[in-house]
Amino acid sequence: MRDHKEVGLTADDVKEMYRTMLLSRKMDERMWLLNRAGKLPFVISCQGQEATQVGAAYALDKEVDVLSPYYRDLALVTHFGMTPLETMLSAFAKEGDIQSGGRQMPGHFSKKANNILTQGSTVTTQVLHAVGAAYKFKIDNEKRVALTTLGEGSTSQGDFHEGLNFAGVHKLPVICLIENNEYAISVPAKLQYAAEKLSDRAVGYGIHGERVDGNDPFAVYEVMKKARERAINGEGASLIEAMSTRLTAHSSDDDDSYRAIEEREKNKEADCIAHLKKYMVENDIAEDSWFVEIEDELKVIIKDATKEAEAAPYPKAEDALKNVYEEVNNG
Amino acid sequence: MAKISYLQAIHNALDFEMGKDDDVFILGEDVGKKGGVFKVTDGLQEKYGEMRCLDTPLAESNIVGTGIGAAMMGKRPVAEIQFAEYILPATNQILSEAAKIRYRSNGDWNCPMVIRAPFGGGIHGALYHSQSIESIFASTPGLKVVIPSTPNDAKGLLISAIRDNDPVLYFEHKKAYRLLKEEVPEGDYTVPIGKADVKRSGEDITVITYGLCVNYALQAAERLSKDGHDVEILDLRTVYPLDKESIIVSAKKTGKVLLVTEDNLEGSIMSEVSAIIGENCLYDLDAPIMRLAGPDVPAMPYSPPMEDFFMVNPEKIEEKMLELIEH
Repeated sequence: MRDHKEVGLTADDVKEMYRTMLLSRKMDERMWLLNRAGKLPFVISCQGQEATQVGAAYALDKEVDVLSPYYRDLALVTHFGMTPLETMLSAFAKEGDIQSGGRQMPGHFSKKANNILTQGSTVTTQVLHAVGAAYKFKIDNEKRVALTTLGEGSTSQGDFHEGLNFAGVHKLPVICLIENNEYAISVPAKLQYAAEKLSDRAVGYGIHGERVDGNDPFAVYEVMKKARERAINGEGASLIEAMSTRLTAHSSDDDDSYRAIEEREKNKEADCIAHLKKYMVENDIAEDSWFVEIEDELKVIIKDATKEAEAAPYPKAEDALKNVYEEVNNG
Repeated sequence: MAKISYLQAIHNALDFEMGKDDDVFILGEDVGKKGGVFKVTDGLQEKYGEMRCLDTPLAESNIVGTGIGAAMMGKRPVAEIQFAEYILPATNQILSEAAKIRYRSNGDWNCPMVIRAPFGGGIHGALYHSQSIESIFASTPGLKVVIPSTPNDAKGLLISAIRDNDPVLYFEHKKAYRLLKEEVPEGDYTVPIGKADVKRSGEDITVITYGLCVNYALQAAERLSKDGHDVEILDLRTVYPLDKESIIVSAKKTGKVLLVTEDNLEGSIMSEVSAIIGENCLYDLDAPIMRLAGPDVPAMPYSPPMEDFFMVNPEKIEEKMLELIEH
């Protein structure tokens, strides 16, 4: 792992990063439990990718920068301001769900107040939305950056190419972060692309490209911080490939049987949260008692959020007719 | 008031809105330095700068998708797709994204964007330069689809589309560009989206149509009026969502309805119009609903006899009108 001080982070920063990563992991684990208990129809996970997401989010200015995320980004949106209650209201499809009012499956993040663009399920469309937002920042001369994220499978889509090409032509303040966990559901990276590194594709778009260890939040932070500086200094877009690890099946409807047990066990050794904890202990950033405290605090937060969301009302059936057009709000 | 063409009216609407609102910008292929392959955006780059009348790379999904991103951030992009058929690479961005942004975010986000595209035949454009594509989009709630038939409507509807807070597809008939001319008010006025318009009031039969066929139907009605036939022509103007009330009122008024589109017959806008009339006006009808449309072949051919065979024209409409009148 990179040294946190060398990349410009304090001990308090490291603690906050750890807390967000752990909060996201624990929420994710709780949603799996609720799914297996028959209370939630669907879960899609961030587990294993928290270091990439929090490292990236930490390098941005969440007051002004915009996210165009993909479905694994629970830790990314949590750092940007999505609360545990909001996550749980979405998971339970309740009326108060800020992301979609109970319309979308969980994992389709959206929250205007936190600069999180709404996303659909047809992958890679979000890349163009980030590029379009960045074009706005350029026309209006605003010092802001748009971050879009995607899995490595999504790099096979046309929108990936079209968006990065356009971003390159206009030197747009956009960062495209590939969270490469080497599987698109069951299809392994070797059947997805032949390039040695996906970040090398940046050359073809005339933008900066770089690969980074996605299990190291400090390394991701460092690369992203520089990408953001280039973006707001008019030096254009960046394509960052974070090599990361998917610790769960694709979703709660997938059994992960296409990956050998040995491979799945080995992935656990790469668990970014375990690695960060070890680093924090070894570098005297936090003592054992701090970790116990944090675990206890998060347990309460998640329990309360779950309880409140479960007890919250569903949307009214006729709410299905709302928000089709601005002027037709009551069906 | 000056007499201007349908094309000039569209140009004037763009110019007026760009002058009025700095958030309005145009993006598309060849729209900047060249001023568009049909010259609709001529001079706008010179007037408003490269960034506000942008020549994009040749990639339609990018044109629409980046427009959506900018629109979510508060801009009012007007994307031009060079020919209507070329919109297909962008359909995922239109149907899966633009149309659903307000709904799927429960009103938290919206997408105030216009996508313009020239459509329609009779200009020796063959496959890929003659087609009607509105039916692809006209069953997707969240979208609005407008098709003006006159210079007046062209300007007023485009201003409405740009000011609308939801995505609007604006299809302009390329044969109408220089064919249709009339006096058009200068400056600010709007034509409401979602409202059909009686272009000719009559008692004997109702013709419901849109686009260039409105002009063709007016020519046919004028000829028949000399023989004492009184034809009402209802211009849909917005083909999605349809103005059901105006359709029902006009169908009940005459009791005989002819539906005209230059799109293929089956599954066209007129199929839905026919259903609306069938559901609401059955006991007011004095004849079966009639439809005149292109044949169900994949597209309009190049060779003149085949192109004429496909295309609706005033003579074909007149013949159908008479058939219905005499029923």
